[in-house]
Amino acid sequence: MTTTHTYDALVVGGGGGGLRAAIELSERCRTAVLSKLYPTRSHTGAAQGGVCAALGNVEEDSPEWHAFDTVKGGDYLVDQPAALLMTEEAVEAIYQLERWGLPFNRTPDGRIDQRRFGGHTRNHGEAPVKRACYAADRTGHMILQTLYQQCVKRDVRFFNEFYCLDLLRDDAGVTVGIIAFELATGELHVFRAKAVVFATGGYGRMFRVTSNAHALTGDGPALVWRRGIPLEDMEMFQFHPTGLARLGVLLSEAARGEGGIVLNREGERFMERYAPTIKDLAPRDMVSRAIYQEIKEGRGGGPDGDWVYLDISHLDPTVIEEKLPDITEFARIYLKVEPLEEPVPIQPTAHYAMGGIPTDTDGRVVVGADEDVVPGLYAVGECACVSVHGANRLGTNSLLDLVVFGRRAGDDAASFVHDTDLATPSEHPEQPTLELLDGILGRTTGDNAGEIREELQDNMFDLAFVVRSDESLAKMQQILMSLRERYERVAITDKGARYNTDLMETVELGYLLDCADALVAGALVRTESRGAHFREDHPLRDDANWLKHTLAYRERDGSIRIEYKPVKMGPYVPMERKY
Amino acid sequence: MVTAADVLDASDQARPTIDTIPLTVRVRRFNPEVSEDSWWDEWTVRCDPLERLVEVLHQIKWHHDGTLSFRRSCAHGVCGSDAMLINGRNQLACKVLAQDVAPRVTIEPIRGLSVLKDLIVDMEPFMDGYRSILPYLINDSGEPEKERRQSPEDRHRYDDTTKCILCAACTTSCPVFWGDEGYVGPAAIVNAHRFIFDSRDEAGRERMKILSEKTGVFRCRTTFNCTDACPRGIEVTKAIQEVKRAILFERF
Ligand SMILES: Cc1cc2nc3c(=O)[nH]c(=O)nc-3n(C[C@H](O)[C@H](O)[C@H](O)COP(=O)(O)OP(=O)(O)OC[C@H]3O[C@@H](n4cnc5c(N)ncnc54)[C@H](O)[C@@H]3O)c2cc1C
Ligand code: SF4
Ligand code: FES
Repeated sequence: MTTTHTYDALVVGGGGGGLRAAIELSERCRTAVLSKLYPTRSHTGAAQGGVCAALGNVEEDSPEWHAFDTVKGGDYLVDQPAALLMTEEAVEAIYQLERWGLPFNRTPDGRIDQRRFGGHTRNHGEAPVKRACYAADRTGHMILQTLYQQCVKRDVRFFNEFYCLDLLRDDAGVTVGIIAFELATGELHVFRAKAVVFATGGYGRMFRVTSNAHALTGDGPALVWRRGIPLEDMEMFQFHPTGLARLGVLLSEAARGEGGIVLNREGERFMERYAPTIKDLAPRDMVSRAIYQEIKEGRGGGPDGDWVYLDISHLDPTVIEEKLPDITEFARIYLKVEPLEEPVPIQPTAHYAMGGIPTDTDGRVVVGADEDVVPGLYAVGECACVSVHGANRLGTNSLLDLVVFGRRAGDDAASFVHDTDLATPSEHPEQPTLELLDGILGRTTGDNAGEIREELQDNMFDLAFVVRSDESLAKMQQILMSLRERYERVAITDKGARYNTDLMETVELGYLLDCADALVAGALVRTESRGAHFREDHPLRDDANWLKHTLAYRERDGSIRIEYKPVKMGPYVPMERKY
Repeated sequence: MVTAADVLDASDQARPTIDTIPLTVRVRRFNPEVSEDSWWDEWTVRCDPLERLVEVLHQIKWHHDGTLSFRRSCAHGVCGSDAMLINGRNQLACKVLAQDVAPRVTIEPIRGLSVLKDLIVDMEPFMDGYRSILPYLINDSGEPEKERRQSPEDRHRYDDTTKCILCAACTTSCPVFWGDEGYVGPAAIVNAHRFIFDSRDEAGRERMKILSEKTGVFRCRTTFNCTDACPRGIEVTKAIQEVKRAILFERF
C-alpha cells in the first residue's frame, strides 16, 4: 500500500538548513517538511560555538574581511563570489534570527555579543577578530529551536519520522517528487512536488571517531548520486582538533576563542611553533595536523600515546560557567575529568563535510562543469556544496551557510513552483524502493550490518583521516569493494512493519558506503594537499594542477567517473596559507 | 597515532584492549505485531566502564537482537531522543555510563505516553502540549533595523528555560501528568516560561491565560520529580512556580 501526497514544495530534512528554507517556502506555496528525526533533534542542535557575521558590535569588522578569511581558510577552493555574497548577507541574516527571538548573549549595552573563533581575523589576517555571535555554547540549539518555533508559528506541515528513500525524476531529468518510508507503520508514501529541497546534513558516521550524530549518514548526497547527480569535493572532510578522547564528542573551538590552549604530553603549547601569529586559533585543519605531528613525534599522551590536551583551567571560572557550560559538562560526564582543574584529553574528530551536492548560490542543484541546473532540485546546508567552505570550513560559517542559503533556496524554489506545472511520476515510482527493502527483508541469512558498519568506520578512521596517502587510500578502496559485496548480502532480524529501525539503519549503511566511495575516489586522484585533505606523499598545495573542484559520478555499472570544474575566482589571489 | 603508512602494517593487529566490565541489561519489550502484552528480555554484555548506555543498547541491537527498538541520535545529551526509565528514574540513555549502573540495569519506556514499540513512545500528545502555549516570540511593535536590545540581566532572566531539548523526561515523570489527560505538563510550562520572561516578548498575558486554565500550571503539586529528571539541569519546578506567581500577581 502506498499513499500519494501532493505539494508545491518539499523539504527533506528538519535541521537548520531545512527549516530556514521551509519558513521562506511556507509563506508562498504549499510546503511540507519530511524528517527522519523530530526536527528539534536534528544535529544543528549540537552546534556549540557560534554563528558569525561582521556586525562590528564589539570590534571593527567588515563583510569583506570575513570573505577574505573564508576564502583563505578554505585554502582557495572556495567559490569567491559565493563567499562574498554569504558574508554580505550574513549581517541581516543574524539580525533576522534575533528578531525571531534567538537569545544571543549580549554586550553590556544590549547588543549581540561576539567572540573570537579560529581563522577569523581583522583586515586580512592582522589579528583575531570578534565575529562569532553566540548563545553560551549552545548556539546551534538556539538556532534550531528558534527556527522550529517560527515553523510552529507558521503552521508548517511536518511529516516526522519519515525517511526519504528515493528521488523521483522524469525522463527529461525534471524533479517529480520523492519516495518516503513512514517509520511508525512501514508504509511507503509517494510525495509529488514541483520542487524538492534536500537538507539532510552530514555523513561523519563513516568514521569511528566523530562529533556527528548517529543519524548523520549522508542520505541526501547518496540518494541524488544514485539518480545521476554528481557529488562535489567529497574528499574535503574536516577533522576537528578537539574531540573528547576516544568518543569524538566535540569541545567547541569557542574554548580556544575564550583563551583555552592545546598542550602536548610535555605540557608545551605547541601551536606556538606551527602558527606563531594566531597560535591555538589557527584553522582546524592546521591544528589537527599539528596534533598528528606531535603524536607522531612521541609527544602524545594517553594509553596509546594518541591524545593531546585542551587546557581551560587557567580561565576565570565565571567565564567558563557563563560561556562554556555544556562542554565542561561533557568532559565531566564522559571522561570524568574536571576541566576547571586539569587539562582534558582530546583527539581529532571527524566533524564536517565540506563537499556534497553541487549547487549555485540559489541552492539550485547544478550538474557538470557548465553547471546545468536540474529543474526543481535544491540542496542546502551540510549536504550541499555551494562552495563557500572550499577545502576547509571556518568555525561558525556553517550555521551561517544554513540561514543564508536556506533562505535563498527557499526563495528561489517558491518562485520556481509558481511558474511550473506539476510533472507526473512514472506508473509505480515506488518500485525500486520496494525492491531495495524487500531484498533486505527477504534474506533470512546473510551478513551482519553492524559488523560492516564497524569495519567501515574503523578503516576510514585509519586510512582516510587526517593524513592520507596513495597507499592508504588504495587500500581503503579495496576494503570498500569487499564491504559492498557483503552489504549486497546483508540480512536483518527485524522483519516487522512497525518502527523497523533495524531496516532503516541498514539502508543508512548503504548511504554511508556510497559517500565513502565518493570520498575515497576523490581523495585518491587529488595528488596534492589542500585544506583538510592532506596527502603525506604530496604534502604541498598544487594550484597549477588542482585549483579545481572534483565532481564524482556514479556510473550505471557501479564504477565512479571523476570530472572537474573550475573554482570561481574573485579578488583574492591564492597565496601561501600562514597564520 | 602513527602515519598512514604505518597504519597499513598495523591495521591487522588487534587494538589495545580496555578492561571491560560485565553488564546485565533488562529491557521491557513491547511489540503489538508480536504480542498484546509486554515482556522482559535480558542480555549480559561486556563493555568499557565509560561506555554510554545508549551504545550498550546499540551493541545489543547490532550483535544480538536487531528487533530491539529505541530512539537516539546525538549520543551526548543534546538532542533529547533517548529519555528512558532507567533503574526507575527518567534519564537519557546517552548520559548514563555503564559503570554508573553495573552490574545490572533495568530499562523501560518513559511513562504516561502510549508505548508504540519497545522503548519508543507516542510523542504527539507531548508535542501538542508544547504547541499549545504559543512557543514562539510574539512582538508586534514593529521591527528595528538591527537587533532588539536586551540587557545581559534581562537575557539572564530566562536563560535556564532556553535549555530545554523537549526530551519529555520531566513531563513523563510527573504523577499529575500520568493521572490527568488534560495537563499540559512541565515541559510545556518551561517553554512558556522561556517567552513569558523574555523582555522582548509581548504575549505573556495570552500564555498565562492558557496556563491558568484547568489544564495548566495549577495542576502542579510541586513534587519536584520534573526537576530531578531534567537532563539539562533546568530548575523545572522553580520555573513552574514563577509562572504560577506571575499569573497570581500578574507580574511579568
Ligand atoms: C558538535 C558540532 C558542533 C558544531 N558547532 C558549530 C558551530 O559552532 N558553528 C557552526 O557554524 N557550525 C557548527 N557545526 C556544524 C553545523 O552545526 C552543521 O553543519 C549544521 O548544523 C548542519 O545543518 P543541516 O541543516 O545541514 O543538517 P542537520 O541539522 O544535521 O539536519 C539534518 C536533517 O535531515 C534529516 N534527514 C536526514 N536524512 C533524511 C532522510 N533520508 N529522510 C528524511 N529526513 C532526513 C534529519 O532528520 C535532520 O532533520 C557543528 C557541528 C557539530 C557536529
Ligand atoms: S525541561 Fe528538561 S526534562 Fe523537560 S523536556 Fe525540557 S529538557 Fe527535557
Ligand atoms: S541521543 Fe541525543 S540526547 Fe541522547
